[in-house]
Amino acid sequence: MKTLVWVEHDNASVKDATLATVTAASQLGEVHLLVAGEGCAAVADQAAKIAGVAKVHLADNAAYGHGLAENVAPLIADLMASHDAFVAPATTTGKNVAPRVAALLDVMQISDILSVEGEKTFTRPIYAGNAIATVESADPKLVITVRGTAFAKAPAEGGSAAVEAVAGPGDAGLSSYVGSEIAKSERPELTSAKVIVSGGRALKDSDTFQQYIFPLADKLGAAVGASRAAVDAGYVPNDYQVGQTGKIVAPEVYIAVGISGAIQHLAGMKDSKTIIAINKDEDAPIFQVADLGLVADLFTAVPDLTSKL
Amino acid sequence: MKIVVPVKRVIDYNVKPRVKADGTGVDLANVKMSMNPFDEIAVEEAIRLKEKGVATEIVAVSVGPAKAQETLRTALAMGADRAILVQTDDEVEPLAVAKILKAIADEETPGLVILGKQAIDDDSNQTGQMLAALLGRPQGTFASEVTVDGDSVVVKREVDGGLETVKLALPAIVTTDLRLNEPRYASLPNIMKAKSKPLATKAPADYGVDTAPRLKTLKVGEPPVRQAGVKVADVDTLVAKIKELGIA
Repeated sequence: MKTLVWVEHDNASVKDATLATVTAASQLGEVHLLVAGEGCAAVADQAAKIAGVAKVHLADNAAYGHGLAENVAPLIADLMASHDAFVAPATTTGKNVAPRVAALLDVMQISDILSVEGEKTFTRPIYAGNAIATVESADPKLVITVRGTAFAKAPAEGGSAAVEAVAGPGDAGLSSYVGSEIAKSERPELTSAKVIVSGGRALKDSDTFQQYIFPLADKLGAAVGASRAAVDAGYVPNDYQVGQTGKIVAPEVYIAVGISGAIQHLAGMKDSKTIIAINKDEDAPIFQVADLGLVADLFTAVPDLTSKL
Repeated sequence: MKIVVPVKRVIDYNVKPRVKADGTGVDLANVKMSMNPFDEIAVEEAIRLKEKGVATEIVAVSVGPAKAQETLRTALAMGADRAILVQTDDEVEPLAVAKILKAIADEETPGLVILGKQAIDDDSNQTGQMLAALLGRPQGTFASEVTVDGDSVVVKREVDGGLETVKLALPAIVTTDLRLNEPRYASLPNIMKAKSKPLATKAPADYGVDTAPRLKTLKVGEPPVRQAGVKVADVDTLVAKIKELGIA
């Protein structure tokens, strides 16, 4: 089987989410990559070095610069004439583009796979991860998104694939990119961090969130996450959200501060290696999944913890 | 401008799903069902656009069993004008739902179709994007702000790094994220009024759509269960344990 993997990038470098997707694709067959963007030749060169990659297709065109689904989906659909599976990371980009490709190919997409069980058989989470379905596709081609935390990252070095330019249909004339508000942070990215400190509604407001969570995260070199309740209340922006509909994370250590542990939040972090919970309610559901729990008022425990680490 | 809002009847988001012992699925017998939360946000957004004078009519659509009527009545009570139930007891996959919605969009010619970004039962996150592809129209997925501006719509999207804004030519497809709005509760008078609003019942075959599944579910199992660990007595013990983990 020949697979076509969507390379997640910012026109400058390959994003980590690509590497786990390559691993999933390599379990299906030969791995080809697609780098679609604008002025992204350096990304293609970097992608060609990923271990196990046979070929890189480079579509360098202003229409692909911001990954607009209306423009890139027809490009991918064309390339699928000579590939058997389109495999994208289950990032917001992959989730936006892949179903559009699937519909163009008249294929039912398999979202957020956790494992490859056979040539057309996969496991995937349903009901916020409260159940795992094993599904078999009857479609002639596959369109798949991959949960990054479920697959090891392919080595970023070691490959020497050929880069081949592809043209593609270009601008569909339906949509345009206006702008972005992307937070710049010195901290590690949530989805690739080794340690995450997350705060919940108990943090009270945006100031206290910063005052209590950020210093602890800085002490541990950790990324900062949040529950939906904290994001909805405006303590931190949307890109901090961990959960069923936010980011799925699986760090070495996840520290949940003032998070009760709604099933929607647990869906996003319960695969973490070690979970530590600090909550004043000893019956909070978060303690049912935590390896280490501290029943305490976070406003005294967290500063104390930060100063002693 | 007409707005079509598809809604799905799903397990209530406060209910913890239980996997059936025979591994065929999740037990939905005697479980509280509600409108998919993202679809409530979609209905609310359509109503707000109508209140602003941007939209003139809101058509709620559901593909599902007879009981999905209740979900449509909820949409009508919130403020939708009429409803279409495409009735089937089969499980209909996102691709087939998108095909049915395409046929409805061809008939109704809405300026916007607003859908929830995902349903909390199958967590697929596909239908809106698929519908956009089938219609050959643009998509503003994971919306946190929707502004109709003449013959286009500006959509602020929640993306992994923060927010992204795109401009789409109308007609367009929008899928909702959590922070687009806070859905209203239907008032009692509106619930009563909703009972007399028109609700048409159709079948997938009326739209010429074959709903035979493409994915065969071989098994539905429990996820690996985490065991609760230990509670530590105080911060000093926690500090010692964290140091053992080698992260500080």
